[in-house]
Amino acid sequence: MTDATVNALSGPKGPKPKKVFSSTNIIIYGTLFVVCMYYLLPLYVMIVTSLKGMPEIRLGNIFSPPVEVTYEPWVKAWAEACTGINCDGLSRGFWNSVWILIPSVFLSIAIASVNGYALANWKFKGSEVFFTILIFGAFIPYQVMIYPIVILLRESGDGITSFIRIFNSDAETFRLMGSLWGLVIVHTIFGMPILTLLFRNYFTSVPEELFKAARVDGAGFWGIYFRIMLPMSLPIFVVAMILQVTGIWNDFLFGVIYTKPDTYPMTVQLNNIVNSVQGIKEYNVNMAATLLTGLVPLVIYFASGKLFVRGIAAGAVKG
Amino acid sequence: MAVTDTGRMDAGAKRPSRLFKNMTAKIAAIPMIATALVVFIGCTAWTIYHSFTRSRLLPAPDKWTGLQNYDRLWSENRWLVSIENLAIFGSCSLVLSLVIGFILAALLDRKIRFENTIRTIILYPFALSFVVTGLVWQWLLNPDLGLQNVVRSWGWETFTFDPLNNADIVIYGILIAGIWQGSGFVMVLMLAGMRGIDEDVWKASRVEGIPTWKTYIFIVIPMMRPVFVTALVIISAGIIKVYDLVVAQTSGGPGIASEVPAKYVIDKMFGSQNLGLGFAASTMMLLSVLVVLIPWAYLEFGGKKER
Repeated sequence: MTDATVNALSGPKGPKPKKVFSSTNIIIYGTLFVVCMYYLLPLYVMIVTSLKGMPEIRLGNIFSPPVEVTYEPWVKAWAEACTGINCDGLSRGFWNSVWILIPSVFLSIAIASVNGYALANWKFKGSEVFFTILIFGAFIPYQVMIYPIVILLRESGDGITSFIRIFNSDAETFRLMGSLWGLVIVHTIFGMPILTLLFRNYFTSVPEELFKAARVDGAGFWGIYFRIMLPMSLPIFVVAMILQVTGIWNDFLFGVIYTKPDTYPMTVQLNNIVNSVQGIKEYNVNMAATLLTGLVPLVIYFASGKLFVRGIAAGAVKG
Repeated sequence: MAVTDTGRMDAGAKRPSRLFKNMTAKIAAIPMIATALVVFIGCTAWTIYHSFTRSRLLPAPDKWTGLQNYDRLWSENRWLVSIENLAIFGSCSLVLSLVIGFILAALLDRKIRFENTIRTIILYPFALSFVVTGLVWQWLLNPDLGLQNVVRSWGWETFTFDPLNNADIVIYGILIAGIWQGSGFVMVLMLAGMRGIDEDVWKASRVEGIPTWKTYIFIVIPMMRPVFVTALVIISAGIIKVYDLVVAQTSGGPGIASEVPAKYVIDKMFGSQNLGLGFAASTMMLLSVLVVLIPWAYLEFGGKKER
C-alpha cells in the first residue's frame, strides 16, 4: 500500500502497481492452492504409506504421517516382492526396463533423426507421402496393429535363425518375439511418427545457407548430418531423449504383449505385484513399489523442467 | 499435423529426378518407408481383412465369414458395457479436461507469482505412467482404508464414496484418476495458446471496460480455436487407447463394470483366443478414430488449400 502512495506522489512511472491482497488475487491464489493440494495429494499419500508399517496402516488414516518410519517396505519392494513364483522383487523389472530403454532410445532417435533430416533437406519423390502416412499412423489404435506385429516378429526371428544357421549349423534359435530386442523394435516403430515430426520441423528451421555451403564444399548426406546437423541440434536431441525415456519407461501395453515373464519391464511387473490375488495385501510394499517405478520419469521431469514441457508440446502443438 | 511446408528447394529436386539421384537419402529413409507401408498400412489392412474371417486360436485367412464377427461383437454384453464405459469416460474426460485445463491456464496466465512451481506441480502426474496412476488411485479409493474411511473418521459416518466396489460408479473412479494424470497436459497446451494471443487484445478489452472473465469467454476462447481443436484430437485419440489405467486400477472389475474396448481387444486376442472377435473390435476402434480424424484432417488441410 505504501508503495502505491509513493508511486502516486512521484508521478506515473512504470506500470500501475498491483494490490497484493485484492479479492481477485485471493480467489486466484486460493484456487491454485487447492488445486495444487489435489495434484500433490496422491504423491504425499504414496510416500507416507510406503514409510508406515502394516499395523499402522490398518488402524490409522491414509493422510496421517508415519508415527514410526520404516524403510522395510522399500527394501521388500525392491528385493523380495513376489510375482508368481519369482520372489526377487522389482529389481528384475527395473533392470529389464533399463536394458529395454537404452537400445530403444538410441535406436529410435537415430532412425527418426535421419528420417527427419532426409525429409527436411533431401526430399525425394514420395517422401512427403510416406511422412503423411507416418503421421496418420500415430493415430491408429495400437490394438489394430498389435497382432500382425506378433506374427512379423516371430517370422523374422525364424528368418534370422535360419540365416545364422547357414554359417553355424548349431546356433541357438534367435527370437525377436518375447525378447528384449523385439520390444526395442516395437518401441522404435511406434516412436517414429512423433520423433520424425520433431526432427523434421527442427531441421527445416536450420538456415539453408549452411546446408548449401556444405554441399558446395563437397559434403554428402552423412557428412552434413554428422558434421553440421548433429552438432547444431543437441537441444532437440535432448528433448527427444526426454520424450522417449519417459514414454518407453511408462509403457505397459507393449511390455505385456511382446515380452515374457522373465523379461517383463518394470511397469508390468509392478502391476503383477500389486494386483496379484495371492497372499495378504501389503499396501506399504505396494506403494513403495509404485513410487520406485514412478521415480525414473519423476526425476527426469523435475530435472529437465522446461525441456519436458517442450518435449510434450512438440508432440502436440504443430510445427 | 499441420506441418508447415516451407517450400524449401532441396539439392536433389533441381536435377532430373532419376532413381539413383539422392540414393543415400532413399536408403536412409528405408526404416521410415518400411514402417509406413508394412506396419501402418500393411498391419492395419491385415487386421481389417482378418476381422471378416473365422479366426479362433490362429488367424484363418481362408475362412471367410463376412460380418459374422461384427454381429457377435455387437450382441455381446461385455462389448456393449465397454462401449458405454468408453462413452461416459470419453465425454466426461474430454469436457472436464478441456474445462479444467482452460481454467487452470487462465489462472496461471494472470501474471502470478510462483507460476513455474505451480505449473510443475500440476504437470507432474503427466510424467507418471498410467499403471502408477491407476495403482495410486486404487489405494486412495480403497473402500476400507482410503478416502472414504478418512472422511468417516472425521465424523461424517454415512459418507459413501467407493467407486472401486460399486459397479454403477466405478467408471467415475477411473475418470478421477485419468483427469488427475492428464489435465496438466491440457493446461500446458492452453497456456501456450494463451501466451500466443496478442497483448493488444487485452489492452483493447481493458479500454472497453470488459470484465476479465467475459474477455476470456467471448474473445480468448474463439481466438484459441486451433488450440482447442488440437487438444480435442489429442485427448480423443488418447481416450480410445485407455487400457493400462483400467488394468491397473480395477482390472475391469467389479465383474465387467469397468471394461473398455482397448482391454476387450487384448483379452480376446491373447486371453480367450478368439482372434476374429478381437480383430472386429479393433477395427471398430479404428473406425471411431477415423470419425474424429477425418473431419479434423479435412478442416485442417482442406482449409489450407483455399488460402
